[in-house]
Amino acid sequence: MKIVLTVTSPNINAEIDPRFGRGAYLLIIDADTQAWEAHENPGVSAPGGAGIKAAQFVAEFPAQAVISGDFGPHAFTALQAAGVAMYLYGDSRTPLEALTLFKAGQLQAVGGATRADCDHGHHGQDA
Amino acid sequence: MILAVASGKGGTGKTTVAASLAISLAAEQLPPPLFLDCDVEAPNAHLFLDPVFEQREEVGIRIPVVDEARCSHCGKCAEVCQYHAIAVLGKKTLVFPQLCHGCGSCTSLCPEKAITELPDRMGVIERGLARDHITFARGVLDVGEPMAVPVIRQLLAWERPTPGQVTVRDAPPGTSCPVVAAVRGSDYLLLVTEPTPFGLHDLRLAVQVADELGIPAGVIINREYEPYPPLEEFCADHRLPVLLRIPFERIIAEGVAQGKTLVDIHPEYANLFRHMFMQISAMS
Repeated sequence: MKIVLTVTSPNINAEIDPRFGRGAYLLIIDADTQAWEAHENPGVSAPGGAGIKAAQFVAEFPAQAVISGDFGPHAFTALQAAGVAMYLYGDSRTPLEALTLFKAGQLQAVGGATRADCDHGHHGQDA
Repeated sequence: MILAVASGKGGTGKTTVAASLAISLAAEQLPPPLFLDCDVEAPNAHLFLDPVFEQREEVGIRIPVVDEARCSHCGKCAEVCQYHAIAVLGKKTLVFPQLCHGCGSCTSLCPEKAITELPDRMGVIERGLARDHITFARGVLDVGEPMAVPVIRQLLAWERPTPGQVTVRDAPPGTSCPVVAAVRGSDYLLLVTEPTPFGLHDLRLAVQVADELGIPAGVIINREYEPYPPLEEFCADHRLPVLLRIPFERIIAEGVAQGKTLVDIHPEYANLFRHMFMQISAMS
């Protein structure tokens, strides 16, 4: 089973990044072997719809679960449609801590968007 | 002649200036001017010009609808959409209407012809006659709709000046896409600012928009209690004429708060506005 975690730099000892769509890197960990690889989050450079772009990447990888600090409404809808489970970091401070808690079934699963709307100013902008 | 009134910073007096200018011109020009309230997110010029609306149209964009039975999930639609308003996730294709800009690229590129488009209402445009026989039109964005540009574009296409009619466009605050949509195509840009660091900061941005669009611009300094040297230097350095200075006066503030324009409060301003218009006509 492959799990995606949002992190601030491309390695297994990175700090967690609490943002999903605009989190700097996506760390993909095999939950069984702990083999990992890191990718730049394609959502970071998106002018809008960052969460959707990141969700597409996760779905195409394919990964079965995402752990992050925050899922906006578009990201939630997209990940749910792709059948990807969402979990919150909660108190975990590192990817390995989060992975341990995840395996122990101690991470909170996300049943809805964790905030009402995008919190930045791209709306109303045009090409 | 199309004059646009913009500012960068909000609350500098755009609408007060635009409405006063339109009233001043209406007193001496035939046909009376056309006034367009392009601040569709918060239109307020009607408070000064008292239009009676006679016509109204719904406006919006066309958004894609995917026929899942025909969709092969090839992802071409998602790839072309720079706003990520359409996404292919496994065996599902999702549309996010609030991100869609209505460009139609997904529809034309779909190899399965699985996408059709449905109109999505974003607001209304209205027209009517205002005080002093000013032709008045405005756009009103629906509450909760994130994109103002389509409403502004449709307002400008709907209400065009008659031959010889001067147009005054009241632009939204800021310098983002709605402002660009509201001022594009105008012959002259009036930038209303105030003698404060904040006013100057946003004026700099607004001047960049004018330069980028190639529209000549002049400055109106509102609420001037004393000259602000950095603003004067900026205008001189950028060869921006200061066309009018409006003093910081309690009587003006009280009048505007009651829905009066500058020319209602100080009738002598009508001549100043007409003189300013002649200056602009001579420059452009």
